[in-house]
Amino acid sequence: MKRLLPILPLLACVIGIQIVCSGTDTLYYLTQMTMAAYYSLLILGLCVLMGYAGQISLGHAGFFAIGGYISAGLTTHSLVPFKDNGLIRFLDSTGLLLSGQTLYGEELLVISPGLACAVAILSAAVIAVFIGIPVLKLKGHYLAMATLGFGIIIYRVVLAVEYFGEADGISEVPAFPLFAGLSVNGNFGDRVANYYIAWGVLLLGLILLLNLIDSRVGRGLRGIHGSEEAADAMGVDTARFKLQTFVLSAVFAAVAGVFLTHYNGGIGPSEAGVMKSVRYVAIVAVGGMAHLWGALLMGIVLNFLSLRGVFGSYDDAVFGSILIVIMLFAPNGILSISFRHRLTRFFTKGKQEKGGGA
Amino acid sequence: MALLEVKQLYKRFGGLHAVTDVSFSVEPGQIKAVIGPNGAGKTTLFNIISGTFPATSGSVLFQGKELQGKKPYQVAALGMARTYQNIKMFSGMTALENVMVGCHVQSSAGFLSSMFRMPWIWREEVAIRERSMELLTLLDIAEHANTDASSLAFGQQRAVELARALAMKPTLLLLDEPAAGLNIYETAEVGRLITKIRDLGITVLLVEHDMSLVMDISDEIVVLCFGEKIAEDLPAAIQQDPEVIKIYLGED
Amino acid sequence: MTSELFIQYLLAGITYGSIYAIVAIGFNIIYNTTGIINFAQGEFVMFGGMIAITLLQFMPLPLAIGLSVILTMIIGAGIEICFIRWLKAPSVLRLIIITIGISILSREVAVHIWGESIRSLPYFVGNEVSSISIFGARISPQVLWVVAASALMFICLGIFFKTTSVGREMRACASNRKAATLCGINTENMVTLSFVLSAGMGALAGCVMSPITYSQYDMGTGLAIKGFTVAILGGLGSSGGAVVAGLLLGVIEAFSVSVVPLAFQDAIAIAILLVILFIRPQGLFGSKEASALKEF
Ligand SMILES: Nc1ncnc2c1ncn2[C@@H]1O[C@H](COP(=O)(O)OP(=O)(O)OP(=O)(O)O)[C@@H](O)[C@H]1O
Ligand SMILES: [Mg+2]
Repeated sequence: MKRLLPILPLLACVIGIQIVCSGTDTLYYLTQMTMAAYYSLLILGLCVLMGYAGQISLGHAGFFAIGGYISAGLTTHSLVPFKDNGLIRFLDSTGLLLSGQTLYGEELLVISPGLACAVAILSAAVIAVFIGIPVLKLKGHYLAMATLGFGIIIYRVVLAVEYFGEADGISEVPAFPLFAGLSVNGNFGDRVANYYIAWGVLLLGLILLLNLIDSRVGRGLRGIHGSEEAADAMGVDTARFKLQTFVLSAVFAAVAGVFLTHYNGGIGPSEAGVMKSVRYVAIVAVGGMAHLWGALLMGIVLNFLSLRGVFGSYDDAVFGSILIVIMLFAPNGILSISFRHRLTRFFTKGKQEKGGGA
Repeated sequence: MALLEVKQLYKRFGGLHAVTDVSFSVEPGQIKAVIGPNGAGKTTLFNIISGTFPATSGSVLFQGKELQGKKPYQVAALGMARTYQNIKMFSGMTALENVMVGCHVQSSAGFLSSMFRMPWIWREEVAIRERSMELLTLLDIAEHANTDASSLAFGQQRAVELARALAMKPTLLLLDEPAAGLNIYETAEVGRLITKIRDLGITVLLVEHDMSLVMDISDEIVVLCFGEKIAEDLPAAIQQDPEVIKIYLGED
Repeated sequence: MTSELFIQYLLAGITYGSIYAIVAIGFNIIYNTTGIINFAQGEFVMFGGMIAITLLQFMPLPLAIGLSVILTMIIGAGIEICFIRWLKAPSVLRLIIITIGISILSREVAVHIWGESIRSLPYFVGNEVSSISIFGARISPQVLWVVAASALMFICLGIFFKTTSVGREMRACASNRKAATLCGINTENMVTLSFVLSAGMGALAGCVMSPITYSQYDMGTGLAIKGFTVAILGGLGSSGGAVVAGLLLGVIEAFSVSVVPLAFQDAIAIAILLVILFIRPQGLFGSKEASALKEF
């Protein structure tokens, strides 16, 4: 339970921010906090993959896009022409389809968001398995390039396939009703509710991953990171663990993609871009690789700033610089002990001749 | 039936013949030692037995099952544990956590059940923690349980590594130079410990350079030289073996 | 397919292929001396083209190209000195992330200097419509410039590594860095030199290809992926392999134009990359044992 305690102050912050924003009539901040929360969900998954399983992925925007695009495609493309198809009729009879009318009064029949979400997440998981099996045999540069290649292929696909709207992406994605009247959508009236949905999802993800890290599986993963050979000799099936972590992080990315797409009411090809994947890696690196709390904090802060447009046209440049600076000076993240030591030593250099030896 | 049977094992690294036609067997309940000068192929032999890499040819039978072609984690699951000549700690984890990783094969929590903390996971976690603590106590390093393992002193790291191996509840324990880098008191302690481990019912195969330790505790000794087995006998007989003496004392 | 069309495709393939080969050799030079895959390799090509285009306003073409190559070499040296040189035993992951960061920063610098517009150098001789005829196929003379420049670089590089003492020292550094250090070779400078060399080659390639393929701030990533594909295909570290693999990829791409939709053209190289990584990471010509010795 001890590991879950820090969630309480976090929860207090989340509620506090909402109260302050509601009180000061600055609810628009909640919009970016909501989006930042979804991106952070992906970043948490990537953090486990990179920090604990030790596998870099430069293609996680691809999984985000798979989630978002499939859910968007299924809930927007009308099935009216296939109405007489047996499968469609069956789905309709089970209530998994949604019928209604378009703005122009045409008949509309689409997959319900619940089913679409399930299909999207499942697709991401299946693709992750098929990509992961060969890719995770690779190491270092090869792994980086292979995942980068995967990401670019997904980008090309969404950019070239008509179903995914080519350069325009998919818009007019309907709301995603959850339960008890809650639904994921971008309506102004539901802004506060959606803020809590996003943070609920994120905190749930965080709890699941904290549980995972402090368990037999988590210790196995950290063991692989410490000494792969010894972990193997302790009975840890390293290949399987890496694959499962890869799939897990892909699912987290896909969930983030699905929710954010329904929240924004659309998705565009830039979400699948290489720069997005690199940005996620950058954030995990700043947070300190094997540090879920660091990844969460950095994920929220950096995404929030970026979404607020604080970095202006230097957005990508900022993330590029972050990558370099962090890897040069604080490869274990800015929250790491060694970096804090270095900082204190840097500032106290003149006064102290010798710091505490290693 | 022998617990471990090594048959006509060969290993070549490019042109280097690291192990050449080595056969021997280990009986249950024994402490068996493998000795030989530096570069004789002892560690290579251990690596083949534990599945780190395959032999060029030959076979290794453990409880009658062929191990060649099995991955290390599969060998571990069959009940074989090992330590390393140059300690391989899980850095970034505490001593206790290191030992808890050793409980891996003895437990079963998977990804989903760990994430959702099923009730039986709770119980398993508690059992793992208690057992690991017991082992640290047995090896007299309980007070360092929550220290980062890679920052411990050398001898303490060896102890953690041993505890980690014991946590696997192995049938056969491979120890690669467990006394290397230790002083005579610590070495004697290791000797007592190995005997104690054997008395717990764990068969031990050990590589060691410290002759007094080896002669003291082992039931049988295999001597390797340049990858070949040149003798296999009781300690007393090995001490008398002219060829072994020649190797250890040099020809001149 | 008519034989003219066949030759047309073939020549197009060779043109692009030689560019890929040069980028791949750039990867190899740095990889051999340092074990680093420089993810910013494509940006050298971009800088080469873009700087030359800017300089052209002030000076004649040959001078602009020459100066651009030199400037890019200085950039290469600067990158190595600022970001790589002083790291002590960095992990592969760290190096990957650093070079990716450099690649992004280079691109951002470029977009802030030159904007997003597509530019190009003029044709070295003639113009867009001038052409020469080879075996009945009509091609732009610029193609010959590209192929000739690539071949020249390849040959000069070979001579440099085989005959000059600096080249030999670099090769020593490539085969065993520690031993080279012990022999008194300044391996740190060799590493800088490898960045300079590969930046220069990339820049020259960026100049000669600019009239045909145009230059843009974000051309680097695509080229880097293709160059890397070629480097792997030919066996990482092997320049001869890179040439063969480069031409192969170029020709495959050229002939696939009629089969693969335009939007997926870039995906061909990536698909090849993934396949080769999965089934033959040592490359077409490399041996498995040799590649097992390399650290990735
Ligand atoms: N992975 C490897 N690749 C190439 N050669 C190896 C490898 N492992 C061991 N060798 C070589 O095989 C020979 C035997 O090495 P090994 O480590 O088994 O000796 P050892 O008996 O354990 O020696 P020591 O007493 O020094 O530990 C040595 O010459 C060593 O250099
Ligand atoms: Mg040894």
